[in-house]
Amino acid sequence: MADIILKKIYVKVWRQNSPKAKGRFETYEVINVSQGTSFLEMIDILNDELILAGKDPIAFDHDCREGICGMCSLYVNGHAHGPDTVVTTCQLHMRRFTEGQTITIEPWRVGAFPVIKDLMVDRTAFEKIQQAGGFVSVNTGGVPDGNVIPIFQDDAEEAMDAAACIGCGACAATCKNSSAMLFVAAKVSQFAKLPQGQVEAKKRAKAMVAKMDELGFGGCTNTGACELACPKSISIAHISRLNREYLKAKLAD
Amino acid sequence: MSILNSHIPEGSISEKWSNHKANIKVVSPANKMKLEIIVVGTGLAGASAAASLSELGYNVKAFCYQDSPRRAHSIAAQGGINAAKNYQNDNDSVYRLFYDTIKGGDYRSREANVHRLAEVSPNIIDQCVAQGVPFAREYGGLLSNRSFGGVLVSRTFYARGQTGQQLLLGAYSALNRQIAEGNVKMYTRHEMLDLVTIDGKARGIIARDMVTGEVKRFGAHAVIIASGGYSNVFFLSTNAMGCNCSASWVCYKKGAFFANPCFVQIHPTCIPVHGSQQSKLTLMSESLRNDGRVWTPKKMEDAEKLRKGIIGPNDIKDEDRDFYLERRYPSYGNLVPRDVASRAAKERCDAGYGVNKEGKAVYLDFKYSIERLGKHTIEKRYGNLFQMYEKITDSDPYKEPMQIYPAIHYTMGGTWVDYNLMTTIPGLYALGEANFSDHGANRLGASALMQGLADGYFVIPYTIGDYLAGEIRVPKIDTNRPEFVEAENAVVARLEKLFHIKGKTPVDHFHKKLGQIMWDKVGMARNAEGLTEAIKEIQELRVEFYKDLLVPGELKNVNPELEKAGRVADFIELGELLARDALNRNESCGGHFREESATDEGEAKRDDENFAYVAAWEYKGIDNEPVLHKEDLVFETIHLTQRSYK
Repeated sequence: MADIILKKIYVKVWRQNSPKAKGRFETYEVINVSQGTSFLEMIDILNDELILAGKDPIAFDHDCREGICGMCSLYVNGHAHGPDTVVTTCQLHMRRFTEGQTITIEPWRVGAFPVIKDLMVDRTAFEKIQQAGGFVSVNTGGVPDGNVIPIFQDDAEEAMDAAACIGCGACAATCKNSSAMLFVAAKVSQFAKLPQGQVEAKKRAKAMVAKMDELGFGGCTNTGACELACPKSISIAHISRLNREYLKAKLAD
Repeated sequence: MSILNSHIPEGSISEKWSNHKANIKVVSPANKMKLEIIVVGTGLAGASAAASLSELGYNVKAFCYQDSPRRAHSIAAQGGINAAKNYQNDNDSVYRLFYDTIKGGDYRSREANVHRLAEVSPNIIDQCVAQGVPFAREYGGLLSNRSFGGVLVSRTFYARGQTGQQLLLGAYSALNRQIAEGNVKMYTRHEMLDLVTIDGKARGIIARDMVTGEVKRFGAHAVIIASGGYSNVFFLSTNAMGCNCSASWVCYKKGAFFANPCFVQIHPTCIPVHGSQQSKLTLMSESLRNDGRVWTPKKMEDAEKLRKGIIGPNDIKDEDRDFYLERRYPSYGNLVPRDVASRAAKERCDAGYGVNKEGKAVYLDFKYSIERLGKHTIEKRYGNLFQMYEKITDSDPYKEPMQIYPAIHYTMGGTWVDYNLMTTIPGLYALGEANFSDHGANRLGASALMQGLADGYFVIPYTIGDYLAGEIRVPKIDTNRPEFVEAENAVVARLEKLFHIKGKTPVDHFHKKLGQIMWDKVGMARNAEGLTEAIKEIQELRVEFYKDLLVPGELKNVNPELEKAGRVADFIELGELLARDALNRNESCGGHFREESATDEGEAKRDDENFAYVAAWEYKGIDNEPVLHKEDLVFETIHLTQRSYK
C-alpha cells in the first residue's frame, strides 16, 4: 500500500550534552517523511539535517531495530515506546503520526537511570539486579541430559512469557514510583516456573529485590501501568508470583 | 606449500576431537588464577566463552559496545538451534548433522571442525536446559523439535521465535554470575580499536570508552575476538545498526589472515526494501518455511496487476500460482537451503514475476497451513513473527501472504583459525561468526547459534589451555610497555584524523554508497566485469571518504558519528577485499554465485579441481594488494558431489 508522505512535522526533543549539564527542549522541523518510515529512521533523517547544518546530532540508544535487543527507549508524546501498543520505539512507524503534528521525545525519567547524553540513559542498575541473582548456578559441563526432567508444557510456556523481557526499562520509566518490579518479576517468575530454578529460589528472590531497593527503584503499588507499557506484554501476574516467592523466602528465614 | 597449518588432529573423523583433547596441554588451577584473557563481544560465542573461562579460574575482561552484554545481536536470532540429539527417532546422528553441514556449506568447510561441532551439539542443549532456558516442550514435558532448511530430520530446538534471545540470556546469566563473583570484569560501551602484539603474540587491546571518549589500554595473556560478522558492509542487512567488522579488521591489519570474505549469506525471507529512507532490513525466520508456501503468479499479466495494485494475492486462484520451490526442488520443496531459495526468488523477480511495486518480492503464504492446522496453531508457532511483520508493513499475514525478498544476513567468511580456533597471530582467537571455519560457503538455518555456543562453551575452554600452558611464566602484562603506547597513539591519531577532515558529507552517505556498490556488483550474482568495477569504485570511495567526511560533535564525549566513521572506514577496506576474493573464486558455491560458473539449469556449478581451498588473505599495507594463501580442503570422510536438493 502506498504510504502517505508527511510534508512537515515538529519534533520537540530533550537535549543534554552530558550527565551533569542542564538539559532543555529544542524543537526541530522535519520535512517529507514517509509514513512507512520507522520512528528511529525519522530521527536519522533529522540527524542528517542537523549534521549538514553544522549542529550536534541527537544521541539516542538503538541497535537491532527489530524490537528484541532492548537498547532503544524514549518517551514519545509521554508514552514509553510511543503511542502504539506492544512495540518498542524502533518498531514504531510514522503511520501513527499525522501531518503537522508536534512529537515530544524524552529520555527515561528514572532516578536510577541517569542521562548520559540527550536521549541516552545509563541502565547499569538493571545489570546489577541481574548480577544479584538472575541466574542458575551451574558451570559449563557436567549437566544432565536435557530430557531428564520433564517440564509441564504450560509451565515452560509461562516461563517463556516471563523470559521474553528485553530489559528496556519501560516498566520502571512508566511506573509513578519508578519501580522495577516487573523487570525483577520477569526473571524470578521465569525460574520459579522451572525445576532448574528451584534450588536457589529463596536466595534469588531476596537478593534481587534487595538490590532493586538498594539502587533506588521505588516500591510497587499495583497500578498496572508497567504491564501496559511493556513492549513484550509481560503480565503483572508475574509480580504476584514474585511477591509469593519473596514471602516464601522471608518466612523461611 | 601453504604456510597455513590447520593443526587438524590425526585419526578417523570421529576420533579426532577425543584424540586432540587427550593430547593438548592443560593449565593447573593455581596457574589459571594468574592468567588473564580478553574477550571482545558478548554474543553467544563471547558470553559463553567469557563465562566458561572464568568458571575455570581464568581472569577475564569482557567488552561490548552496547550498554549491556545482553544486547549483542545473537539476541535477534529467531528460529532455533540444531543439535544431533535424535530425540525424534528420525535417524538423526552426529554423522548426519556433520554430513548435512558439510553438504549445506557446499563442501567449502573443514571436515574436522564441522564434525567436532556436531559432536558437541547435544551438550549445548543440556547446558541451556540446566541454565533455565525455556525451550518449547511437548505435552509429555519433553523437548520439542522442528525442521529447518536443507535437512530431512527434525533436530531444531526452539523457544518460540526468540531462540537467540533465550540462549543469549542463558549465556548472559552465566556471565552475570561470574561478574558478580568478580571473576569477569565487564566493560560495556567500550569499542575495541586496536590489537596490541608483543614479540608477535597477542597481548592486549586498545579500546575507546564510548561515554567519555577516553582511549584506554588493556593487557592479557590471550585475546579472543567474538565480535560477529560483517554483513553491514552492505549497509542494508538484517544485522543490528552497530554490528561492525572493526575488531576483526584491526586484527587483520596486525597480521591475522582473513578467510573467504566472499562467502556471505543472503537470507531468502526478509521483509522487502521500501523507499530510500530505510536503515535496516528485518528478517522473517526460516522456520516460517515449515508452514508457509512460497509462490509468484504463473501469468505475467497477474504479476503486472499485482504491481499496480489492481488485484491482491487472494484474487489469484491456486492453479494460477507458481509454487516455484516445490516445482524446482520436489524433495526439499519450501525447505531448500537459504542460498538456493534466495537465488530462486531472484530468478522469478528478474523474469518479471515480482509482486510488489518495485517488482522485488515474492509471497510466503500461510493460507494452506491455516486451513490445515487452524489459525490457533499457526499463531502459537509464529505469533510474534506475524505481529512483527504486521507492525512493519501494516498488512495482516493471517489474511494476506507475506511479501518477502532476500537480504544480507550472515557472513560465513571471517578471521582464519586453526583447529584450536587460534588465528595466525599466536594468542589471538576468533569465535562464532567472527571466524570462518564451520559453515563453508553457506550456513544452514539454526546452525549459527549452535556454532557460537559450541565455540564458547565446549571448544575454547579446552583449546586455549594448550597455548596458555606455555604462558604461565609470563607475568601480568604491563600496559606501559612501548607496544601499548604506540598502539594507543595510533588509535588516537586515527580518531583525530577522521574527526578533523571536516568535509561536507556525513558518514552514512558513504556507507550507503558502499552498500549500493556491494549489493549491485558483489551481491547475489557476481561476474568478473562487475567485480573489477566494484574494486575500482570502492577504492575511489575510500579516497572521497578521507577527503570529504564530516564528523560533528566532540572527540571526548558520546559521539555516535565518530564511532560510525571508524567502522565505515574499515568496511570500505573490507568491501574491497570481499570483492577481490569473489573475483579470485571463479566458481559458484553456496552463497557465492559467479555467473560464469552455472549449470544449464542455472544452478550453481562448483569447481572442486581448482577451488577446493580456503582463501586466506594476508594484509600487506593499504596501498598494496593482499597476498592469497590457500589452505587445501581435504575430504577424507565425505565424498564430494554436486549438491542437489531436487
